[in-house]
Amino acid sequence: MSPLPTFSSMAPEAGLDRALALSRPDIIEEVKQSGLKGRGGAGFPTGMKWNFAAAAQADEKFIICNADEGEPGTFKDRVILQDHADLVFEGMTIAGKAVNAQEGIVFLRGEYTYLRPQLEAALAKRRKKGLLGKDILGSGLDFDIRIFMGAGAYICGEETALIEALEGFRGEPRNRPPFPVNTGFLGRPSVVNNVETLACAACIMQRGAAWWKAMGTEKSTGFKVFSISGDCGKPGVYEFPMGITVAQLLQEVAGVGAKAVQVGGASGLCIPASQFSRAIAFEDIPTGGSIIVFGQHRDMLDVLHNFLEFFVDESCGQCTPCRLGNGKLLEGVELLKEGKCSMAYLQELCALGDTMQIASKCGLGQSSPSAFLSVVKNFREELMGRTYSQV
Amino acid sequence: MSHTTILDTGSRAPKSQQSLSVPRSGSDEAIGGTVTASINGQDVKVPLGTTILAAAQKVGIRIPTLCHHPDLCVAGVCRVCVVEVEGQRTLQAACAFPITSPIKVLTHTQKVRQTRRHVIDLLLSEHYGECYACGRNNNCELQSLAKEYGVDFFRFGHPDKPKFEIDRSSYSVIRDNDKCVLCRRCVRTCIDLQEVGTIEVAGRSDKSYITTFKDKPLGEVVCINCGQCINRCPTGALRANDPTDEVWAAIDDPRKHVVIQTAPSPRAAIGECFGLPPGEPLTFELNTALRLCGFDRIFDTNFTADLTIIEEGTELILRLYKALVAKDPDIALPQFTSCSPGWVKYLEHFYAQYIPNLSSAKSPQQMFGAVIKTYYAEKHGIDPKDIVTVALMPCSAKKFECNRSEMDDSGFKDVDYGLTTRELAKMISEAGLELPKLPKSDFDAPFGTATGSGVIFGATGGVMEAALRTVIELVTGAKVENLFEKANIIPVRGFEGVKYVELPITQVGPVPDILKHLVPDWEWLKGATLKVAVAHGTANARKVMEDIKAGGKFSQCHFIEFMGCPGGCIGGGGQPIPTSPEIRSARAKAIYAEDAGYEVRKSHENPDVVTIYKEFLTDGPCGHKSHKLLHTRYVARGKYIE
Amino acid sequence: MLMTARERLAREIKALAEKHGHARAALIPIVQEIKHKYRKVDDFAMQVIADQLGIHPVEVYSVVSFYAFLGSQASGKFIIRLCRTISCDMQGKERVMRQMENDLGIKFGETTSDGKFSLEWANCMGMCDQGPAMLVNEKIYTHVTPEKVHEILEECRRSFGVHATEQKEVYLV
Repeated sequence: MSPLPTFSSMAPEAGLDRALALSRPDIIEEVKQSGLKGRGGAGFPTGMKWNFAAAAQADEKFIICNADEGEPGTFKDRVILQDHADLVFEGMTIAGKAVNAQEGIVFLRGEYTYLRPQLEAALAKRRKKGLLGKDILGSGLDFDIRIFMGAGAYICGEETALIEALEGFRGEPRNRPPFPVNTGFLGRPSVVNNVETLACAACIMQRGAAWWKAMGTEKSTGFKVFSISGDCGKPGVYEFPMGITVAQLLQEVAGVGAKAVQVGGASGLCIPASQFSRAIAFEDIPTGGSIIVFGQHRDMLDVLHNFLEFFVDESCGQCTPCRLGNGKLLEGVELLKEGKCSMAYLQELCALGDTMQIASKCGLGQSSPSAFLSVVKNFREELMGRTYSQV
Repeated sequence: MSHTTILDTGSRAPKSQQSLSVPRSGSDEAIGGTVTASINGQDVKVPLGTTILAAAQKVGIRIPTLCHHPDLCVAGVCRVCVVEVEGQRTLQAACAFPITSPIKVLTHTQKVRQTRRHVIDLLLSEHYGECYACGRNNNCELQSLAKEYGVDFFRFGHPDKPKFEIDRSSYSVIRDNDKCVLCRRCVRTCIDLQEVGTIEVAGRSDKSYITTFKDKPLGEVVCINCGQCINRCPTGALRANDPTDEVWAAIDDPRKHVVIQTAPSPRAAIGECFGLPPGEPLTFELNTALRLCGFDRIFDTNFTADLTIIEEGTELILRLYKALVAKDPDIALPQFTSCSPGWVKYLEHFYAQYIPNLSSAKSPQQMFGAVIKTYYAEKHGIDPKDIVTVALMPCSAKKFECNRSEMDDSGFKDVDYGLTTRELAKMISEAGLELPKLPKSDFDAPFGTATGSGVIFGATGGVMEAALRTVIELVTGAKVENLFEKANIIPVRGFEGVKYVELPITQVGPVPDILKHLVPDWEWLKGATLKVAVAHGTANARKVMEDIKAGGKFSQCHFIEFMGCPGGCIGGGGQPIPTSPEIRSARAKAIYAEDAGYEVRKSHENPDVVTIYKEFLTDGPCGHKSHKLLHTRYVARGKYIE
Repeated sequence: MLMTARERLAREIKALAEKHGHARAALIPIVQEIKHKYRKVDDFAMQVIADQLGIHPVEVYSVVSFYAFLGSQASGKFIIRLCRTISCDMQGKERVMRQMENDLGIKFGETTSDGKFSLEWANCMGMCDQGPAMLVNEKIYTHVTPEKVHEILEECRRSFGVHATEQKEVYLV
């Protein structure tokens, strides 16, 4: 029984059927109208992305499904792939038609290797049914999907790093511009969409933009799949409309009374109880769906320590602020834990965090200090107790 | 006569490290039109796709850089060059951001300055060592940045012990990862510019480091010792294996007769180490300096460059004769030049099946060593075991070359030490000398006379030009000046990656005395077309070799000049740091200017060369004695290592 | 005909290059298959792969060392990867770790002397709602407790007995 009622309620391939009957611009227009934004976390408008790729001139284009879900606290793509793989493949096929791409690639993280057999089986079944391959359902559309296994690198969730990995390189993000929609995999226009985004696109094709827009907020339309973990009674995957407040969400997952909630994973924001009335939406607290609940007994420095260890391990290491900055923040947390961090140095580290946010080459380094900065801002008293000024 | 240039066929570098498809610079009429950007309020019109860095340069605004290098593709990793672009949430790397719309850029706001300072502070927190105990003191880009941004304490700490072991296994290049800032210029140099592929980044995050295949010592992996990585390293992480202590010791030892030969490229560049702009040769000031340093004799490598032309040219004529007249199927053509030790080792590793194509003639450096410890020693009654031969070269691979086990034909190590331009500049400074201010003095006899042909060996195409000047005259009997104005063979000059030239032989003359024992006449060459090519930098060499393998037009060539380094020797791995296309071009100009000033401009007219064949190498070019002393053999190394 | 191990390996890599193509994009899939089969990609294999793809061995090394699953030194028949990221951490991965080290007599980052088990850390493996989680080769275990550790190890030992040295190659072929 899938925890995702909307996905479960979709009629198989109805979205694809409709898309096959529509013109390319009409498909893109429908997605644009829906206001769907990327579900991986960055929230780039999906219709716009498809439009860019559709407009790019090339013989060959690619639809890449980003299934390199690695953000701490995120596991919704695993559930979607387990329970609704066909919806994802349907979305990829629709995207293929929309931008005139012939090949789809699922970049599946190495940690999910156990999902591969069932995904391959689902693909084979689709091919048999004429939903993939040459002349899909007699529409003249040629499109097929293959699976590429990741090899254990969080950074490959970043779209240009993912493409580097596909091309056989170290997963190091590229300079942008140019963007993948123009110069992507093998230099060809490529759409990189999150698993959930593609599934949502299939739903939108089936039920229409108006249906989608009726959910969520004006700027963050539709529903969102959340991964809930941490100190709550009912962890798991949930479907909530965008704009849900942290407090409402905690109510649903039996996490009332929490000390703080980490929204957006290790690279997201740490929200203290005083701000639980804030909304989870691109205009307030953006998220790729990771929600980690911290109970009253949690030491925020332990949390930060864990996050920063993660980033120190997972930074690709090419740009200076991220390669060395995360380590400095981690050392800072260790100093704080030992009560050996001067106020001046803590301020210096916060300034460094600001630098990382604006100077790192990609989203990893730009967001890795977020947790540090928000904990220092929101839980100052908790840290201050262990801080003594010694300048 | 015709000549063509092979266009760049794309790079194998990682996509992230390649430059954008839009041309980096070029005329304002570039395809795609122009765009006007505002930089610090100043409008600048640039071709679409120009980087912010290049646009700023155009209006005289300097943006600091570290990983950027004019010879290399974009990296955008150090984040020193970040600037504010209106409308962008984050700062942008000026070196990597192409201007495609009218943007507004601010290059030194508080945000930008603080960021740069942080980046420098972070780099210093991992940079082990003290500036005054570093070979790059006063010529270090990290040091300069620290100074520019007012670093007066280590904000994020400073390592007190090394993390890495210094790799001294190579004869040529020493790697000290503790000084590395991971700008990856060396990687882009080795993989993209040179396509040798010795070093890459390994590991991830703060544990990433530059290394060789499986972290093996540099001396044991496929490395051609070209030292191009050294020239582009912003810090002291890469440096040449420096034998100056041994050279000083030899000078200080009264029993030793220390002889130095100086090559033209270092002479054209050493001024840069003393604050002169590139392109001001100090050939004769250098002679004075070397005497004052205590060298016993100073010779001009040009002498053996001329000798090389005679030997290599004769070898070519012999190969052509055997192939065309005797129809010997075993003769390998085209003949490849062998004076660049970087190129030679490249071929030994990657194209070992073509070793028979390499001229067996030694490089000028090694010929000189052999001649000094035999002919010179004999003539002057000096025991060769007391002679120490030093070679001033623009090259780090020459250090490897002089240590090759084959190079002992004199019965001793032919050349004892190879010094780079940088190392000799250091010795001169140590001796308290201000090179540019010294009076000029001549080379010593008996190898004091040089020709313009020897001088131009330093620039790509130079060996070919020198060879052609001689071969044309020997074969046609006509003056080369009649064919090419002032004997300047312009088609083989210039910095295009690969040059191809065809020379129809319409007339032949009598066989000159020096070759009479080898060929009866030149009739067999009459009406033939001599096809030659020139390639510099091993990436270009690779293109030519792949074409030859595929049976393309270069396989039809008769003679090909290959130089391991971009630009030829003037861009060698031992030359002053920094390097750039402009700097190399200025050095090349100096070399061609020097050539034009010589009275004798053709190798076969060098009187000292004529003398040595009369007095010593009496069985002539490619004769028995020259074969023993002036020719060598090669090692099929292959790509696989244990 | 007798074939040395090297010849066999080279032949195998050539076959993989035929299957995945000789372009650089084939690098990771080829390395994954070799790694899966041999538990390591040795110097020789890297050089053959480089040769097949027309790149330099150091580039293969560079890529292999970048990815946690490719660069891993773990050589055991069963590579146990315990998640150490926040949610699993909060759910008690520390105790699971200690029990695992006690039961196997090795530390994380080591392989048992019989070559059967390797212990490694993993970053978030997407089982945050069911932590502590761990992977044994490609199989996922959730809600792992110190008491369950013994059971899981026994399960591995049993399957090891049945399949001798055979690795199931269901996922990557």
